[in-house]
Amino acid sequence: MSERQIQLEVLRYNPETDSEPRFQTYSVPCLNEWVVLDALNYVKDNLDPTVSYRWSCHMAVCGSCGMMVNGEPKLACKAFIHEYGDQIRVEPLANFPIERDLVTVVDDFIGKLASVKPYLIPKEDKPVSAGEYKQSPVELKTFKQYTLCINCMLCYAACPQYGLVPEFIGPAAISLAHRYNQDSRDGGREQRQEVIASHDGVWECSFVGACSEVCPKHVDPASALQQVKVASTIDWYKEHLMPWMKK
Amino acid sequence: MTVAKSNKPIVWGPFAAGGTITAFVTPVLVLLTLFAALGFVPSLLTYENLHAFAANWLGKLVIFGIILLSLWHAAHRLRVTLHDFGIRADTWVAIAVYFIASLGTVATLFYLLRIS
Amino acid sequence: MSRKPYIREMSKTNWFFSQPRYTRYMAREVTCIFILAYTILLIFALKNLADGPEAYAGFLEALNSPLGILFNLAALVGAVYHSTSWFNVTPQAMPIQRGEEFVPGNIIVGAHYGGWALISLIVLFLGV
Repeated sequence: MSERQIQLEVLRYNPETDSEPRFQTYSVPCLNEWVVLDALNYVKDNLDPTVSYRWSCHMAVCGSCGMMVNGEPKLACKAFIHEYGDQIRVEPLANFPIERDLVTVVDDFIGKLASVKPYLIPKEDKPVSAGEYKQSPVELKTFKQYTLCINCMLCYAACPQYGLVPEFIGPAAISLAHRYNQDSRDGGREQRQEVIASHDGVWECSFVGACSEVCPKHVDPASALQQVKVASTIDWYKEHLMPWMKK
Repeated sequence: MTVAKSNKPIVWGPFAAGGTITAFVTPVLVLLTLFAALGFVPSLLTYENLHAFAANWLGKLVIFGIILLSLWHAAHRLRVTLHDFGIRADTWVAIAVYFIASLGTVATLFYLLRIS
Repeated sequence: MSRKPYIREMSKTNWFFSQPRYTRYMAREVTCIFILAYTILLIFALKNLADGPEAYAGFLEALNSPLGILFNLAALVGAVYHSTSWFNVTPQAMPIQRGEEFVPGNIIVGAHYGGWALISLIVLFLGV
C-alpha cells in the first residue's frame, strides 16, 4: 500500500462568521486506494473537526457526498485519489447555495422532485383481491435505467441551464417523471405533464448533455428530457391540430 | 395546481425536424455552391436546370421544405443561443428571430410561385 | 445557529468558457448562425432565379469571388459540425427498444452517417 501526501484544498464557509467562502488547505497522508471522501474523513478525524460535509454509505448508493472535485461534480466516495495529482480541490456542489463548508441547501431540488409526483399513480385502483399489477420484462426494461437515480444532484451541478435559470425543474426530477410516465402500470402522465411540460419544465433544457456525462449511476437524464420534449410536442400538435383525437 | 403548459412545441417541432433535414442535406448543398463560388458551376445550378427543377411542383415542394425547415431550425436555435450568451430579453428575441423566419418563409413561397 | 446560505452567482455572459464541455456545446449551438446565413443565401438565389437569366447570372458572378468562397467554406465547416453533433446524439433523442434490449447507440449513429453519405453522394451524382 503506497502512501501519498495530498494537498486537499477545501472550500470553507461558516455562516456565523464569514461573509464569503475561502479555501483552506490540509496536508493529508493518503493511501493510493483511498477516495476523496476518505481524505475528508481523515481531515475531520485528525486535523480539523470543524469541517462539515455530508456522507453516509461510502459506496455510491446514498447519493449524499456529491461535491465538486477539481471543478467536476463527483461523488466523493467514487473519486479515487489515484486519478488525481497531488493537489485536489473540493467545493460544494455548484448551482446550490452553500449552507456551511461542503454542505449545500437542497430544498429547491427536493421541492421540484416532489412536484413531479415520482411515484406510481395506478390507472385504476383495484382491490388487493384483484391481484397484482403485472409487468413484463420488456416493459420493465423501457424505464429501468431511470430507476437507478440516487438523487445525488450531480446533474444539477453540471447543468448550466439550471445555474442560469434556477426555476428550471432540472434533469433528475424530469427523468424521474419520465421513469413513471414510461411505467406500464402508471396512469399519472397527465398530472406530471402539468409540471414538466410547463415553461420552467423540460423546455428550459437545451440538451447540453452535461447531466448524462457526470451521472455516477450512468442514468441518461439528457435522453429522458429529449424523449419528454418529443412526447410533449406530439401532444401539443395532437391537441391543437387534431382536437378530435383527444381522449 | 395548474401551471400552463408551454407552447414551445409549436417551434420545437420545426426545430427538431429542421435540425435533422439540414444535418442530412446542408453540407452537400454548400459543397455545390462552393463549387459555383470557385467558378465550376455544377449542372444543377445552371439557370436552365435549376429553373426546370423549381418549375416542377415536386421540385418546389423539395425547395420549400428544405428552406422552411432550415430557417425555423436556425431561428429557434438562435433564440436559445442568444439566451445562452446572456441576452435575457427572450420575448423580443423570439419576436425578432421568428419574424425573420416568417419573412423568409413568405419570400420563399413568393419566389417559388413566380417560377413557372 | 443562524442560517445564512451563500449563493455563488454564475456568470450570465461567459459561463461557457468555464468548462470544455460547455464550450463544445456553444460551438454546436453557434452553427445555427451558419445555417441561417446559408439559408438566406438560398432564398436570395431563388429570388434571382425568379427574376430571370440575367439576374441569376449576376448572382453566380457575385458568388464567384473571394468573399463567396470564404462564405461557403465557413458555411461548410458550420454545416458539417452541425451534422456530426446532431447525429451523434440521436441515440439519446430517439432510443429504439427491440424486445428487451435497446439498439446499441453506435448502430443508430452509424445508420445516420450512412444515410448522410448516401444522400450526399446522390445529390453530387445528380447535381454536378
